[in-house]
Amino acid sequence: MKLVIINYGAGNIKSIQFAFKRLGVDAVLSNTPEEIVAADKIIFPGVGEASSAMKMLRESGLDELIPKLKQPVLGICLGMQLLCKSTEEGNTKGLGIFQTDVKRFSNDVKVPQMGWNVIKDLKSDLFKDIKENEYMYLVHSYYAEHCNETIAKTDYGINYASALQHKNFYGTQFHPEKSGTAGARILENFLNL
Amino acid sequence: MLTKRIIPCLDIKNGRTVKGVNFVDLRDAGDPVELAKQYADHGADELVFLDISATLEGRATVLDMVLHVAEQVNIPFTVGGGISSVEHVDALLQCGADKVSINSSAVKRPELVNELADKFGSQCVVVAIDAKKIEGEWFVHLAGGTIPTDIKLFEWAKEVEERGAGEILFTSMNHDGTKNGFANEALAKLSKELNIPIIASGGAGNVQHFIDTFVDGKSDAALAASVFHFGEIPIPDLKKELKQNNIEVRL
Repeated sequence: MKLVIINYGAGNIKSIQFAFKRLGVDAVLSNTPEEIVAADKIIFPGVGEASSAMKMLRESGLDELIPKLKQPVLGICLGMQLLCKSTEEGNTKGLGIFQTDVKRFSNDVKVPQMGWNVIKDLKSDLFKDIKENEYMYLVHSYYAEHCNETIAKTDYGINYASALQHKNFYGTQFHPEKSGTAGARILENFLNL
Repeated sequence: MLTKRIIPCLDIKNGRTVKGVNFVDLRDAGDPVELAKQYADHGADELVFLDISATLEGRATVLDMVLHVAEQVNIPFTVGGGISSVEHVDALLQCGADKVSINSSAVKRPELVNELADKFGSQCVVVAIDAKKIEGEWFVHLAGGTIPTDIKLFEWAKEVEERGAGEILFTSMNHDGTKNGFANEALAKLSKELNIPIIASGGAGNVQHFIDTFVDGKSDAALAASVFHFGEIPIPDLKKELKQNNIEVRL
């Protein structure tokens, strides 16, 4: 199993690497196209601000490479949001894999949403053996609107897509690497796809 | 629904936990990694590590500790204590910390909040505020509450929110160490005036105090140290009781 975490300068990738290490898999950090394309599984992380993350992707040419990937790709948090059509954060155009837009939470709720919330209406092998209403750790100010590709839903003021899937592309708004044993199970499921 | 969070706080000096810790099944109560794992297994929602080392060597040891915690613990954690630069935060996040907490350094140079939020995102910037109620008004205190300032709590909290803080950790000096409950009036006011999560700290003594701070204090999370370290309030029991009182928690 060759697992690559795309390293384009966005956020806390150490935690993801450690989470896979706890599952017995050594993930390689890479921004080299050859190495990414040769991987069996790919993690597309992201913490921080969307427009600057997108800029870093463009500068490294990864914005063109990622949509062409054929192996399972898991976008986490901002990584998932960047796989959408667009995001209101910095009025940024995304990679357009998931046919939905990312909006900012209204101020009727505290922003960012920070903490543990449940995921439900689970639809994907990614959630094998994960029970409905399982708790996941989330930290975000922007959310993906529902579309046909929604595979998990969460409520925070509104009901939104907390996970998406299109063909080989998966995305989770929550952080499985920080979500205890249930989160670890999701990462294991991803490895088994 | 988003749950209320229970957050044990560990004081760290030179990479070791200090203050007495009284846990069964611990080989080494001074080892922050082992304690952190135990808390995670008991259902803590997050952890805070407060570095009280005074030396540069102590700081380096904390980086090493952060790396080991990140390696072995599968819940989020915040590191605070003596953080005053973008470089220091960068190093802590690189080692796997999820958030950092800044306090006195933000008061001394408020632009630090903007710099951290711009570079790393608001979600990892916790501003800790220690305040004391003096003749009916809350004033911010520095250096672990030892140095008074003329800065008013609510104005300062609003300012750091505008500068990009993602969360406020509010400790009432009047309540800290008393075990008489949290400063719920001030907490509720913070929650009403700000639109970011508020963590209550200082005063936890029994389960009812946690219920009160979530219901009356409108707190999003509650932090405590000694009641958890000495096993006075086991976290699974606390969460069960919160749930029975219709407070949403992760069980």
